[in-house]
Amino acid sequence: MGQTIIEKILSSHCGQTACANEIVVAQVDYVMGQDGTAPLAINAFIEMGGKEVFDREKVAFVIDHSAPSPNEGVSALHKLMREFTREKGFRLYDIGEGVCHQLVPESGEVGPGSLVIGADSHTCTYGALNAFSTGVGSTDLAGGLISGKMWFKVPETVKFVCNGTLPPGVFSKDLILYLIGDVTADGATYMAAEYVGEAITALSQEARFTIANMAIEMGAKAGLMEADEKTFAWLSRFTKRKFTPVTADRDAVYTKILEYDVSNLEPQVARPHKVDNVVPVSEVAGKPIQQAVLGTCTNGRLEDLRIAAGILANRKIHRDVRLIVAPASRRVFLDAMAEGIIQTLVESGAAVVTPGCGPCVGTHNGVPSDGETVISTANRNFKGRMGNSSAEIFLASPATVAASALTGKITDPREFFV
Amino acid sequence: MQLNGKAHKFGNDVNTDYIISGKYKFKTLDMKELAKHVMEDLDPEFYGKIKAGDFIAGGTNFGCGSSREQAPLAIKYANISAVLAKSFARIFYRNAINTGLPVVECDTDLIDQGDELNVDLAAGIITNKTKGVTIPVKPLPRVMIKILNDGGLVPHFKKFGGFNFD
Repeated sequence: MGQTIIEKILSSHCGQTACANEIVVAQVDYVMGQDGTAPLAINAFIEMGGKEVFDREKVAFVIDHSAPSPNEGVSALHKLMREFTREKGFRLYDIGEGVCHQLVPESGEVGPGSLVIGADSHTCTYGALNAFSTGVGSTDLAGGLISGKMWFKVPETVKFVCNGTLPPGVFSKDLILYLIGDVTADGATYMAAEYVGEAITALSQEARFTIANMAIEMGAKAGLMEADEKTFAWLSRFTKRKFTPVTADRDAVYTKILEYDVSNLEPQVARPHKVDNVVPVSEVAGKPIQQAVLGTCTNGRLEDLRIAAGILANRKIHRDVRLIVAPASRRVFLDAMAEGIIQTLVESGAAVVTPGCGPCVGTHNGVPSDGETVISTANRNFKGRMGNSSAEIFLASPATVAASALTGKITDPREFFV
Repeated sequence: MQLNGKAHKFGNDVNTDYIISGKYKFKTLDMKELAKHVMEDLDPEFYGKIKAGDFIAGGTNFGCGSSREQAPLAIKYANISAVLAKSFARIFYRNAINTGLPVVECDTDLIDQGDELNVDLAAGIITNKTKGVTIPVKPLPRVMIKILNDGGLVPHFKKFGGFNFD
């Protein structure tokens, strides 16, 4: 019987043929924790009797969720992480280096066929590199740090076949929002998603990360894509390592195969307070906004900033709007400076903050006020997500966010792409 | 283990931001302090309504969203004895088992706000004492029963030095 991508990756890491619904204990290639999850994992590591991490080169902690620290409580937890990584001798990405889900791919340690666990739900992002990567909690993270292993129920796979060509002004963010709206927030729970088809192949590597990143928003354990020359070109900027691509067998068994034609897709927006509450932008266009956020592990990469800068060049954002920009990593920040993108964004009125997660996750860097409306490139719009349960959050592409920042209301960006 | 208490009903897609908001969880590892804010964005008075041993009864996709283990811990430290739901998001489900919070998949349409329940985890039976009905329970995977029986993943690792499911 043929195998799906995830069955093959799990098989190669557990020493047996892994079929859907079996339980396996697999070797992991990389283990990551961030400042919201690592402190609890350090406690669990010590309680479990852990002495050393399984491999210092295959482990990293990242301080990104509240970076730099906004208060003394957070500072104490950051200090704990700094001391633990120094003592155990493994990599800490400290404040300003970026969001974990940009840093792990940039490390060059993860590529086609890799198996990664991260104590952050959006660890599924690296599926865009043809890796099986998935989010776990702090106690699982501690177990992974000690043993280099993790138990998994081998998931069934749902295949999304995306045919056609995305129209101008419509991006991978619009596509994944549409797919989540279609299958709903638990449409792929316990399952792996495979995203295939000419619309996926046509995307840049950076745009593909956006889709894999949001697999968790349909409940999926992983969001996988095949590797191609774009994948390897992207990886070659960060590593000389050779990876072998993993493809699904022709007779692989899928729980569901869903087909879409993206050729007439409109820009999409997720309305408050659920990610699957998705409508075409035309249904909410005109709604006044007070804050716009460009960044996050979903849409804080160079290409995302470039698209926004293209719309904002030689223009000023609306006087009633704050535009907050958080590049996904220091490298993205530097590349965007070299290209003049940061100059353009700042001249338009944007406030650039430290690369990190703050504005998405409600810790600092732009908590909205009561009754305010925010449009963001992030992946979650839960009530209170940005630190105020009386604010409303709409999710959209970098283009829609930039266009909306310009006009002061939710705006279809396609007029900027004619 | 026999658990007895009242049910507190919630809807579908209760996410981990609702269970414990990011604005609190990054600041402290004091779970008793975090527990005071459990479900705050859905019901600001919720913590005050809990009697030790009570249950949360959710709908589908309970615990969706972030991987924060503070979510099951905040529920546990708020003295909730188990979470019942039609289905759970997978990371929350793992985290709950790993930290020793019982999670039970069952048809929560048979439970209303305030119903008195008896949950027999070993037998896998829920009795709704208010309605006089028994509710079947979907069994846990074998690996999870093993981890729960060991008291969570930390005691499991203490005992075996790693994963041991043989």
